[in-house]
Amino acid sequence: MIEILRDNAGFLAQGALVTVLLTVIGFLGASVLGTVTAIFRVSPIAPLRWVGTIYVEFFRNIPLLSLLVLITFGLPEIGLLLPLFWCGAVGLILSGSAFVCETVRSGINTVSLGQSEAARALGMSFTQQLRLIILPQAFRKMIQPMVNVFIGVLIGSSLVAAVGVSDITNVTQQLNIRYAEAVFLFLLSGGVYLLLAMGAGGVGGALERRLSRSRISSRGAK
Amino acid sequence: MSAAQTRVLFDEPGPRGRVTIVVSSIAVSLLVVAGLVAAVLQFRAHGQLATDRWQLFLDPAIIRFLAEGIGRTFLATGVAAVFSYPLGLVLALGRLSRNGVVSRVAGGWVEFFRSIPMLLVVYAFLLALPRLGQGFVLPVFWMLVVPMILVSSASTAEVFRAGIRAVEPGQWEAAESLGMEHSTLMRLVVLPQAFRIVLPSLLTGLVSLLKDSTLGYVVSYPELMQQGKTLTAYYSYLIQTYLIVAVIYVLLNLALTKLAESLQARGNRKTAARPAGGQLAAAIEATPAQ
Repeated sequence: MIEILRDNAGFLAQGALVTVLLTVIGFLGASVLGTVTAIFRVSPIAPLRWVGTIYVEFFRNIPLLSLLVLITFGLPEIGLLLPLFWCGAVGLILSGSAFVCETVRSGINTVSLGQSEAARALGMSFTQQLRLIILPQAFRKMIQPMVNVFIGVLIGSSLVAAVGVSDITNVTQQLNIRYAEAVFLFLLSGGVYLLLAMGAGGVGGALERRLSRSRISSRGAK
Repeated sequence: MSAAQTRVLFDEPGPRGRVTIVVSSIAVSLLVVAGLVAAVLQFRAHGQLATDRWQLFLDPAIIRFLAEGIGRTFLATGVAAVFSYPLGLVLALGRLSRNGVVSRVAGGWVEFFRSIPMLLVVYAFLLALPRLGQGFVLPVFWMLVVPMILVSSASTAEVFRAGIRAVEPGQWEAAESLGMEHSTLMRLVVLPQAFRIVLPSLLTGLVSLLKDSTLGYVVSYPELMQQGKTLTAYYSYLIQTYLIVAVIYVLLNLALTKLAESLQARGNRKTAARPAGGQLAAAIEATPAQ
């Protein structure tokens, strides 16, 4: 077993790197796209709200594997050829963004309505209101759900292995076939996922503690 | 959720605001139409709109083929739920148990399977099992469903744990002051209330189980996704097949989600709008993005 590890350290590290890259790109992309969609869904412009709703309902309910297969094998049929890695990344961004959108929206809903009314009373526009008043407060309540989204993207990223991207799951499978040490390799790459998930949880917890320290004034205001 | 729950962050617009809204609405609509036209043109430019490529899916044989796939998708989802929900409950009770060993084992199981992708479990299963016993062959159905159960038991355990914790402390105290033992208290007081709180989340959990069942594609269990793969092998209408399969999945999951939401709305009315259920559903929804 140690030999497997020694001989394939580079291969495994590369797989882990692909997983980390996919997760980070997927999470960041989903955060941006999801926040934009959430703003669509609370905007005064009705067609934007409809677009946001249809977008979220579609990508929240499509199984990620189905989406990845569609992107990887379907899109080339209409002349859209993406590199394999980016097929995975785009799938993760699209499906993740739907979950981010719902998180942001319920985050917005936790900010008390008086905040919005006060902002409007001061003559702020819709965008000013969101940018300066609502979203900064909403983000605080969203840390734990966003950690969940991150872990969701991390776990979801393994599905790229099924369409041929060499992430850690795919590498594990290739080594499985070569060495037939399924249990050992399973625990090894399982450990990688566990570590990444725990790391995300730790960062989220630290962030939350920090923000709750800096929130002395708002607690009394409720 | 419904429009009533989405709070309004803007005032009733004045004359200038109304003009801006109308103009932007038209602009957005035009953009959407332009996007759709571009997509159609892209399909046509590559000959993907040819009628025979789509008419195939009106063929009764093909429809039956896909319907059988849907049936097996439901079967895998249902069987996985039947096993993983009770297992999840046991794990949740174990994790809340006062026995340190039990709670640590249950906690470890939950944390492990919550952070591990199901595909990894599937691969391990595919390769580890043949080595366990000579000639021991697990039907391909269980190759899919057992990993589904393992992974889902962990997330279900968290749902149950959150539900048990959401039962008001006063209920525990009242039961204890009546002299109930821990097990009686759980069975008669806490669990019945917890069940009602978690019911919508359990339904939402079915959505993620249904999504997990797409891994039949990997183990070659002929559920909907695998049926789609088989169809593409015969006809090689890739984008048509996978698009139709995707839309079927979206509709199935949408129906389940709506059912969960209406149940939750009913539950909230009954329990005087306690927010516990809502937060729970949000937390569960956010976790498995598979």
